[in-house]
Amino acid sequence: MVARIRVPQDAKRGDVIRIAVLVQHPMETGYRLDADGKKVPKNVIRSLVCRYNGVEVFRAQLSPGIAANPFLEFPTIAAESGELEFTWVDDAGVRGSAKQAIAVA
Amino acid sequence: MKRRGFLSGVVVLPVAGRVGKAFAQTEPKRGRVKLELPVLADNGNSVPMKVRVESPMSEADHVKSIRLLSERNPEREMAVFHLGPRAGAAEISTRVRLAGSQVVTAIAEMSDGSQWMDSAHVQVTLSACVDGS
Repeated sequence: MVARIRVPQDAKRGDVIRIAVLVQHPMETGYRLDADGKKVPKNVIRSLVCRYNGVEVFRAQLSPGIAANPFLEFPTIAAESGELEFTWVDDAGVRGSAKQAIAVA
Repeated sequence: MKRRGFLSGVVVLPVAGRVGKAFAQTEPKRGRVKLELPVLADNGNSVPMKVRVESPMSEADHVKSIRLLSERNPEREMAVFHLGPRAGAAEISTRVRLAGSQVVTAIAEMSDGSQWMDSAHVQVTLSACVDGS
């Protein structure tokens, strides 16, 4: 699973910045039929966590009510330079993660 | 037919009443939360949505969680977002799936336990295929 993470390039310490993440995932609802008319089993990302230098700053519980390739944008305080790490897990138990460096002036 | 039966079980009770009983002693009050959704969505598969909560987001007074509820989706709870003072602000954007025209509700739970809500009606031209119809 691939993810894209957007962080501001000109963050200053103490600023409230907006982080955006988009994870490639079909978010199968369990109601869709495949070409043979069989139900495609439900498989959505249930949980997604963002850690900023190891500290959890945002967590989301998702459901089939979130569009495919889930997109989330949320605020966080630019505390210091370092790394944002996203981890997520879907109904099939497949885990994914992505990292993005962040520079804070 | 299947869909009718399913929906009738889902939309019997008003959103606020159900949630109020399930998660807290008090019913959520209207205010402090602003839920932005388009009035008309061409495609229910991906509807942009933004929710904002008025809060100082300090250690003593912040938004703990925001839950998004659908009136018509098979899974009523669309998402729960957990925040804290590290967020600095309470404003989240995402894209939701909507199984038809409906009222979407956002309920914020504050650090003092109080709950605030807002709702928005969305007219969906093409439903997301979440209920098999």
